Formats: sequence, C-alpha cells, structure tokens
Amino acid sequence: MNKIEVRNFSFFYGDFQALSGLNLPIRKNQITALIGPSGCGKSTFLRCLNRMNDTIDGTRAEGEILLDEQDVYAPDVDVVDLRHRVGMVFQRPNPFPQSIYNNVAFGPRILGTTSSGEDLDEIVKESLKSAALWNEVKHRLQEPALALNPGQQQRLCIARTIAVKPEVILMDEPCSALDPVATLRVEELMRQLAEAYTIVIVTHNMQQAARASDWTGFFWLGKLVEFNKTGDLFTYPKEDLTESYITGRQG
Amino acid sequence: MKRQQTQKLAVGIITTVSFLVVVPILLVLIFMIANGIGGISWTFLSQPPRSGMTEGGILPAILGTIFLTLGTAIAAIPLAIGAAIYLSEYASDNRLTRLIRLAIVNLAGIPSIVYGLFGLGAFVLFLNFGTSILAGSLTLGLMTLPVVISTAEEAILSVPQEFRVVSLSLGATRWQTIRHQVLPHALPGIITGVILGLGRAAGETAPILFTVAAFYLPELPQSIFDQTMALPYHLYVISTQIPGMPMEIQYATALVLLLIVLSLTLIATFIRSSMRRRREW
Ligand SMILES: Nc1ncnc2c1ncn2[C@@H]1O[C@H](COP(=O)(O)OP(=O)(O)O)[C@@H](O)[C@H]1O
Ligand SMILES: [Mg+2]
Repeated sequence: MNKIEVRNFSFFYGDFQALSGLNLPIRKNQITALIGPSGCGKSTFLRCLNRMNDTIDGTRAEGEILLDEQDVYAPDVDVVDLRHRVGMVFQRPNPFPQSIYNNVAFGPRILGTTSSGEDLDEIVKESLKSAALWNEVKHRLQEPALALNPGQQQRLCIARTIAVKPEVILMDEPCSALDPVATLRVEELMRQLAEAYTIVIVTHNMQQAARASDWTGFFWLGKLVEFNKTGDLFTYPKEDLTESYITGRQG
Repeated sequence: MKRQQTQKLAVGIITTVSFLVVVPILLVLIFMIANGIGGISWTFLSQPPRSGMTEGGILPAILGTIFLTLGTAIAAIPLAIGAAIYLSEYASDNRLTRLIRLAIVNLAGIPSIVYGLFGLGAFVLFLNFGTSILAGSLTLGLMTLPVVISTAEEAILSVPQEFRVVSLSLGATRWQTIRHQVLPHALPGIITGVILGLGRAAGETAPILFTVAAFYLPELPQSIFDQTMALPYHLYVISTQIPGMPMEIQYATALVLLLIVLSLTLIATFIRSSMRRRREW
C-alpha cells in the first residue's frame, strides 16, 4: 500500500527549478532511501513531504504529493497538522538546549494531547524506549540534552519526533555526523521503527541505503533517474547513470 | 622582527586608548562622590525639600523618578517587544517593513526636547491628560521605544534558526515556536535592552519638562493624573533657578541620580554576562 504517492511533482526556489517531474510511490511501513550526489535535490524533496520548504521565501510547487490520497499542497491543508503526521529528523543532531525530558515532551505539550503529567511521563518513556535510548538516560532525564554524545543526541531527536506520534518519519542524512557504531545503532532502530512508521531516509552513503532500506530512489540534477526495490537497484541497475554512480562510489 | 614590533606598538596604543576612555568616566564618578557624599543623609533621602528647597531632602523627586521609570516600562515594553517580534519573525522584507525600520532608526535620532514638545501637544493637550505622570510616562516610553525595539530584535535574530525549524517540524505553530523556543533564548538580550532604555529615560530632563515635572511639589502624587517632581528636572531647577543654593545639595542630588542610572546599567550588564555564561549553543 502506498502511504505517499508523488505525481509529476516539480519544485522551484524562485526561478531555479530544483525538482522536475518526480513520480514515485512511498510504501507504508517500509524504508525508502533516496540517494544521489550532493545538490541533486534530495533534501529539497524531503522538505516538500512535510512542507518545511514553506518557510523559505519565493518557493513554488507543481504537481501532487498525495498523503493517504490527500494532496499535501492543496490550499485547504493545515501545515501544522501535516507536520504532526509527517515528522522529521535532521542531518545534525539538534536537540533543544533543554533537559532530555523537555526535548521529548515539547511536541506533546504544544499539541496539548496530554491531559495530565502522568500521561506525559508515559509518552516520554515510550518515545525514548522506541528510540532505543531509554536505558541510557532513564536515570538522568532532567540533565541537559547537549551533555549526551552525538549518537545519543540523534536518537533523542528521533524520540522527540516519535513523541508527536507521526505516521511518516523523514530522515535527512541522520548518520552523517555519527561514528560507525552509532550509525549502526540508528540503522537497527530504523528497522524496528518501520514496523510502526513509514520511513524516508536521505543518505549519501550507498552502503547504508543498500543495508537499511527496502526501496531506493536515485536522484540526479533534480530528476528521479531510477526507483526500484533496493536489492534490484543495486544489483541490476537499469540506467547507465545509476550504474556508474553506484559503482563509481563503491569501487 | 619588524612586524612583531609593529604588532606590539599597535596593541600598546589600543590598550592605552581604551584606558583613556575609562579615565573621564572614573573622574566624573570620583568628582561627584567627593562633592556629593557629604550631602547624603537619611533626612536627605526621606524628607521633602524645605525652605525654598535649600534645606530638607529630595524624596518626592526620587519617588517621582521611580514612578516615571515604571510608567515608561509599562508604556514601552509591550509595544517594543511586540514590534520586535513582528519585525523579526513575521514581517517579510517589503516596502512597509523597510519604512517601519527607517522610522525606528530616525526616531532614535530625534532630540529629546522634540519628544517633550510632542508629548505636550499629543498627550497633555490633545488627549487632555494634563501635565501628569501618565503624559510623562507615555512621552518617555515613546522616546525609549527605538532602542528597546532594536536591541530586542537583535536578541531575537540571534536565536539560531535551527530551533525554529525543528519546532515547526514538530507541528508547533509559528506563535508556539516564538513563545517556547525563541523568546526564552532571546530574553536576556531583551531585558538588557529594556533596562538600558529605562536607564536613559530615568535621566532625561527635556521630555518631562512640559509633560509632568513639577518645579516644587512636596506632596507625593496620588494618581497617574498628578504631576510629580523628578530628579533630573529638580537638579536642573536647583542648579540654575535658585539663587544661594548650597553646592552640597546640588552635588548630592546629582549623585543620587547618577547612582540610580548607573545601577540600572550595572544590572543590565550583570544579566547579560550571567545569561551568556549559561547559554549552551
Ligand atoms: N533555500 C534554498 N534556496 C535556493 N536554492 C536552494 C535552497 N536549498 C537548496 N537549494 C538548491 O537546490 C538544489 C538541491 O539542493 P538540496 O535539496 O539541498 O540537495 P541535496 O540534499 O541532494 O544535496 C541545489 O542546487 C541547491 O543549491
Ligand atoms: Mg541534503
């Protein structure tokens, strides 16, 4: 089943066309990886899925991105509500300079979904467990989040995203600031999360895409060159461009 | 070798100049303290003036200045912070906002006597508040607006953009983002700006001259529609309008005013440095 369906989607920063005519499905409870050279529009595409590009002046979108068959760019869409449903984890671990607890509690608090402090405690605990961080921080929830190491910080950011109970989680090169061990932990975590969430991950690391994803899309200069099951795309690339990119980088 | 000598010379000159800047400030302070400290006593601080102001104390002027500073804060702070939030977070860069910014820069450059005259025309006469604490506070508040807006805007803009992006991505509205992730971090800067602005307002004579200040009014004001004495104007009066005024009272009055303004500045500096040390990004 397709959680998201992208149809003939283009995106512009002022006069500059960053994405042209994209068509791809994003399947529910699966991990979709987006690869491609730097500057090819991966982050731009990701930010279209929850309309974070709206915060940049002079941008324009054409075509459709259907989330459960509803166009996210339709005029009557409430972007605040959209961002509850489509959460995001960023490239650099970026916890708020507050306590571990308050980082995770921020989303539920502003959403007003919790009626009592007990509920909030429970949400924080569950989110930290889902992010595989609970055991490391359960005794120091009130300590500053910035005291954690980068790998822990990134898992905290994942917990913070999970706490608002999104349906889709977008990850923009979530491991690029992490060491190999922390990277593997996040990849394992993504696997577990995919049982409950739909995940789209941008990565410049092809081994990561090959290891951790079910579907892979290869972007080149704002176009989607190839989209296929991860195994197939890496073993039998259909396009020459894809082949030279994956072999060039790996070899 | 030569370059290092030049470097040493430059550092030497810069250090000397910096110290030279401090010297006059220290001299003024020492001079005021030396001449004024003798006039300061409990009576001086707690009694109204007597005998044509040549005896007694300056209590009504001290309290008047405190009331006016509070009034200025109430008048200016909400407006200034609202404007700063609007300019930094909501306004897009168009003709109107450029005009607003231009206006703010120009407001900051207007001589304070012009504010005094404007206050007389607008608040005292047109709005019919009379010469009153209300009219004086509004006039001082107006004068304080530009500096508070500018410093508050600067403080808000210095909060990393990333906090806003993350907050919005978690489904916070724009206002929730400002309220919970921007303002708390901007607060020290905003408070500093407010206090510096108030410090300046507390020491101004011209804006209160026609709008609130009383020449001689030993009774304390009963409401915001009353006149009051105020330190800067009182100082002006006793230094120029009263023949045979004891020098010691003049210096003591000046010293009290100086200490009030200076302590506001010191508080601002303290808040700024202590909050900066606690900042974590
Ligand atoms: N805020 C922006 N304004 C204008 N152009 C941008 C902006 N962000 C990205 N771009 C341009 O869009 C293209 C795609 O960028 P991006 O989506 O960041 O690529 P990737 O994530 O694949 O490295 C690049 O050419 C980049 O210069
Ligand atoms: Mg990118």
